[in-house]
This record gives sequence, C-alpha cells and structure tokens, in this order.
Amino acid sequence: MAETKSILLVGVGGQGTILASKILSTGLVEAGYDVKMSEIHGMAQRGGSVSTQVRYGDEVHSPVIGVGEADILVSFETMEALRWLDYLKPEGKAVVNDYQIGSAPILMGKADYPEGINEIIEEKVNANIIDAAKIAVELGNPKVMNIVLVGALVKAMNLTDIDWEDVIRNTVKKKFVDINIEALNKGMSAISLGGETSAI
Amino acid sequence: MKKLLTGNEAVAVGAYEAGIHYAAAYPGTPSTEILENIAPYKEEIIAEWAPNEKVALESALGASIAGARSLAAMKHVGLNVAADPFFTAGYTGVNGGFVLVVADDPGLHSSQNEQDNRYYARSAKVAMVEPSNSQEAKDMVKAAIKISEEFDTLVLFRMTTRICHSKSLVEVGEREEVSMKKYEKNLQKYYVAPAVAKQLHVNLEERLKKLEEFSNNTDLNYIEWNDKKIGIVSSGVAYQYAKEVFGKNASYLKLGFTYPLPMEKIKKFAEEVDTLYVVEELEPYLEDQIKAAGIDCIGKDKIPNIWELNSEIVATALLEEEKSIIDYDKSKVVNRPPTLCAGCPHRGFFYGLSKRKDVMITGDIGCYTLGGADPLGAMDTTICMGASISVGHGAKKVFDKYNKDMRVVSVIGDSTFFHTGINSLLDVVYNNSNTITCILDNRVTGMTGHQENPGTGYTLQGDVTKMANIPDIVKALGIEHVKTVNPLKLEDLNKAFDWAFELDEPSVIITRYPCALKKLSEFDKKEFEVPSGTFGVDEDKCIGCKMCVNTGCPAIQFVKEDKKAKIDPVQCVGCELCEQVCPVNAISKVGE
Repeated sequence: MAETKSILLVGVGGQGTILASKILSTGLVEAGYDVKMSEIHGMAQRGGSVSTQVRYGDEVHSPVIGVGEADILVSFETMEALRWLDYLKPEGKAVVNDYQIGSAPILMGKADYPEGINEIIEEKVNANIIDAAKIAVELGNPKVMNIVLVGALVKAMNLTDIDWEDVIRNTVKKKFVDINIEALNKGMSAISLGGETSAI
Repeated sequence: MKKLLTGNEAVAVGAYEAGIHYAAAYPGTPSTEILENIAPYKEEIIAEWAPNEKVALESALGASIAGARSLAAMKHVGLNVAADPFFTAGYTGVNGGFVLVVADDPGLHSSQNEQDNRYYARSAKVAMVEPSNSQEAKDMVKAAIKISEEFDTLVLFRMTTRICHSKSLVEVGEREEVSMKKYEKNLQKYYVAPAVAKQLHVNLEERLKKLEEFSNNTDLNYIEWNDKKIGIVSSGVAYQYAKEVFGKNASYLKLGFTYPLPMEKIKKFAEEVDTLYVVEELEPYLEDQIKAAGIDCIGKDKIPNIWELNSEIVATALLEEEKSIIDYDKSKVVNRPPTLCAGCPHRGFFYGLSKRKDVMITGDIGCYTLGGADPLGAMDTTICMGASISVGHGAKKVFDKYNKDMRVVSVIGDSTFFHTGINSLLDVVYNNSNTITCILDNRVTGMTGHQENPGTGYTLQGDVTKMANIPDIVKALGIEHVKTVNPLKLEDLNKAFDWAFELDEPSVIITRYPCALKKLSEFDKKEFEVPSGTFGVDEDKCIGCKMCVNTGCPAIQFVKEDKKAKIDPVQCVGCELCEQVCPVNAISKVGE
C-alpha cells in the first residue's frame, strides 16, 4: 500500500515548471502509480508566482494540497521557496534552487530582495540548496535548470528506480535529449542525502 | 491504455467519443483548452472559435436543432454573455444532443469574479452534470449527450479550475459514430413567440419531473457506504477533498447529476447517517436545497463560501484538529504580481498614456489589464469584456453634461473588440460621446495563450479565412477619426494622442503590433519587422533617473547600490522602448 505523496513545485512563470512536472508525472504513471497533477494557467503565467502540484500513490483523491501537506517543496527560485514554505509538512524536505529573480517591486527599486532566505529554510526544515543555474550553464544551456531540479527531486523522493532517461527521450525534442539526461544526472548527484534521509 | 489528461483534454476526448459533430467556444481561462483539443479531430468535428460566448452557444444550438450532436464551451462569466439564448434553449430543448460546458474559477486565478454557475442550471431549468476528475469529465460528456437526447434538454456541464487544469488518468475509447438526426421544421418547438413559449414552459415543468426521477435513479449519483457516523453529500472537486480528509471514516453520497437534485436519494442517505455534512465549493447550492427539503445538515456555517477549497481547508473546518505547520516570518517575502512581458507592445502604449493628465482610463479584459498595475498605473476601471468602451461612454456623457474637465480613454484588445466592443462603439457614435477608443491589436488572443480570432486570418482548425479589418469596421460604425500606429514608436504614439485629445468628436486609435510571444503567421511575417538583438545601459552615461525602469519592463532592473539601471540580456527582446525613454541616450543596442 503506497501512501499518497505530495510534491509541490514552485517558481516564476516561464521557468519551466510545467515541463518538469510533465516529466515527473509521466514517469510516475509508467511506474504504475495513480497520479494527479495540478497547475494554473492564465494570468499568473505572465511573470507571476506559479505552482504545480504532483501527487502519487495507490489511489489519489485530491488534485491539490493545502498548507502543511507537501512531502517535498522544490523551488525553482529562492524567494518563492519562502513564499510556499508553509505548504510543507514540518518533517518534509525542501530542494531550493539558489537562483534569484527580482519581482516587479524589486526591479523598480521599491523593495529589496530579501536576504538570508537559505538560512531560514535550512533552520526550519531538511533542506538542500543547490545551484541548478550554474550546473545548467556548465552543461551549455541555462534552460535545462528545470531538469537539474527534477534530478534532485527524484533522488530526494527515492524515485530513482524509474527510467527517467526513457521518459526524457519521449518528452523533449530529439536534439535536447542528451543535455536533458545529463542535467537529470547532475541534479541527482547535486543533492546530499546525509545520514538520516533515504526515502521520505 | 490509460492516459494522464487534464479535465479539458478529457472533455475533448469525450466529445470525440460521444460522436459530437459541432463545437464552438470563445476562449477563456480555465476553459480554453477544450476547443483547442477538439480542433485536431478535423475529419469528425467542426470546431470553431466564435467571436463571443453568445454566438458560440447560438451556433451550437443551431447545429443541434439541425440535428447534430453539439457542444459549446466557455468560462463562467462567458455564460453571462450567453445567458439570453441559454434560458430560451431551456425551453426549446434540442434535436441532436447539446452539451454546454462552463468552467467556473473558484479562487479567481484568472477571472474578475467567482460566481457559482450551478445556479444557472436551476434558473434555466436545464439538466446539470458535474465531473470530479478527468475520467468522469470524459465519461460525462457521453452521458450528457444521452441525457440531452433522451429528455430533450440542454445539459449544463459544470467544471471548475481544478477539474479543468488537473491531470488524472483516463481510459480512452472509440468514437461512437452517429449520423445527424433528421431536421424537421417544428414551430411549436423552435419558433419561440409568446404563444409558443407559454406552452413550452408547461412542457419544461413536465420535463423537470422526469429529470428528477432520473436523478434519483441514475448511477451518476451514487452512495459509498463506510462508517455511518458521518455522511457526506458532495460533488465536483469538493468530493475529492472530502475523500482525502475522511477516507473510509465517512459514507458518501457522490453527486454527478446535480440538477434536478435526487432529493429522495438524499433523504434516504441522511436517514442512515448520524451527522450529515454538505461539502461544496463556493455557494451553498446543495445545502440550501437540502435544507429546504427539511433535511438537517452542516455546510457553510463551517466551510467557507469564498475562494477555492482544498483538503486542508475542509479538514480544518470539519475535523477541528490542531495541525502543526512550519512557523516563520512570511513578511520577508516580496509580492510577485504578473507583469506585461519584455517586449510587449502594450507597454509602449500604456507608458505614453500614463503621462496624460485629467484622464479617466476605462480598461477591459486581457493581458492589457496589466497596464493598470504599477508602475504604469494607466487604468481606472476593468469590469468585463467590452465594458471599456461603454463604461467610458457613460462617464464621458456625464462629465460633459456637468462640466467636469475630463477626457475619457477606453482601452480594449482586438479579440475583445470583436467580442462585445463593436456594439459599445456603436453607442459612442449613436449617442455621441467624445471618447478616445484605443484598440490594442496585438494580432492574437493573448492572455488565454494565443488563439486565432476574426482578425488573425486563420480559423481554429487552421484554415485561411477573411481577416476582419478593424479600421473599416470602426469607420462603418460611424467613427470619422481613425489612426493606426505602432505602439513601440513612442513619438508616433504621442502624436496620435495629441491629435485625438484635440478632437471634439469620438476617435479611435488602433495600435497594431504582434504580441511579443506570438509565433508569427505568414501574414505577420509579411507585415511586421520583428525586433532583434538586445539593449544595454552605458553605466557612465546613466544618471539613475529610473525613466526606463518606470516602463515596467521585467528585463530592466534598478540596482540600488550603484543607482543605475541594468538590462538582463536573456530577457530583452530588443523592442527599443527603453532606448526611446532614456533622456541621456545611455541605452543602446549591444547584442545582435
């Protein structure tokens, strides 16, 4: 009996959370799980704060979770992790991309990008802060940052038995397959599981 | 083989399998992808974008009367636009089966209100179904077509954002190919003059009795017996939240057919359980009817009727358990509102307009609604589609009558102008108000994700068609002063504003330039020169005046430490707007 697990992916419109969740949910379906995935279209996509939820288990009912219900929070942007942190279970994990995108008030100089976010998150929960942008740039395409984060996520959720490379082959355009597979593997090794972790 | 589909994709598959022949819609979040996913079944289904929801519903009704299985789709507020034919279609009934899909938006993710459209079924006295996941969304299209044909009724197919945009597994099947029903002229059914309508209302009440009997017997309304201490009546996505919270610790009466309600079934269920909860999103639609039938239940006194629900909200409302959550200072988090994209042609327009004084700017529904946000702040009102022009008209009439020295600028998009702006502009001409109407023609229906419209030259199914000519339409309505400009050329734009503000008759300014995200069509490629390259700030010249920052471009950042502006080359698309506003020529093209 596989208890339902909840993944919350958050970021900024245009960061590729939708492709990441597509790869994730496809892999989970192929592994035989019941899966529900929920995302928001429309106005929020125009540079706003976006979230996608993926839930999997033997039988999933609700497509969305509320405060205090996520097993893992994967944030594609640093400040977004803080915005959504209360959605995580206190014993949940956070994978945070060390990558900052200023929102409109910050770009206009009306507010400052908050400092010390990583420290707050590390103090509150089991967190992995990774520099997915740096890894992606080293691989030759900053856009694969999202797949680096997928790699970190599947490792953190102990979902490495699923053939993610195959999922990527069937999801992304042919010329981007190799770099995305590399990104996935780099993401998996970017995460430190420490002593206490294994699967959530 | 099971596929992971959104509710919208599942409705499209359901339409295909149900043998639908004709489908029409006006795009609107969260309903848009329904028709987009029906469109590829080009051999089997005629799929069209209509100019507005009323036209979509009427076209689908016409197809149904002609004998075809039909579907229309729209967002919740779209049904307000289509309400007139909707109510009368309740009287006429159908020939070929007719399903009307409406997608409500609890939580207002992308809408101006969160009305609960279940009341529409009750008001118009038509059957209603509500799916609670994608499999049901597909199956219920087929069920709805059968109900429609068996009972001679339009079926309202009510979805919500989390049904439309959540993916779950769906078993995909084959199409049931049915031929069109025979068309027969039938004045007593479709010629709804008062004498006919009088009799149709009598028939409608008869039909409702039969539908209520069906509601009590159909498998669409089913009971899951578990522990009988708690019984839950629920429908749609709220049912999933209830299951998530109570699991096997409660019994459920799951309603898939929600008008007319199966009151006999509800009564029997209520008698068997100790406490009856009604778990529903938004208004107490079920609860009020259940209470009116004399059945005791608990609902909205515990569960909020504002914003969308989720399992956590339902648990907090009904379980009264203390749950531990991560406690931290959330005030550090800075707001992240949506913005106009880098290179958006609307930015130039609103930047120019924001400099005008003593102006009331009446806005409309679309990406350009964001022109009202900081730092552009160039909008006073946003009500509904088409309202910019008519709200502006009324305001200008009374400003003038009572000697208030105010100009009124009405701002509307291309698709929105075709939607309901044309009628409003006719009013401006007919009742003669000196407003300035600006039609922001970005060559596509933008906010909903790039749909064709009567102005783009293509249909939903990819055929080349007549391209509606906005200047000609405007002139035909009687507007004598019309100018078309490129909104990214600030000097030309400001000249157009100067010209319009001096006129003492109504005028129209059309800004014609494609959306920065649009995949250009063959027509666009011939007409427009696409910007290229990226711009940069010369730090030695920059005086930190923030003029460029105040265009609100997400590619431009004001770096506080240096008091200089900086342009992100990854985001910059080379629209040249910031170069034009810089007073010291510090911005220039740096990359090709």
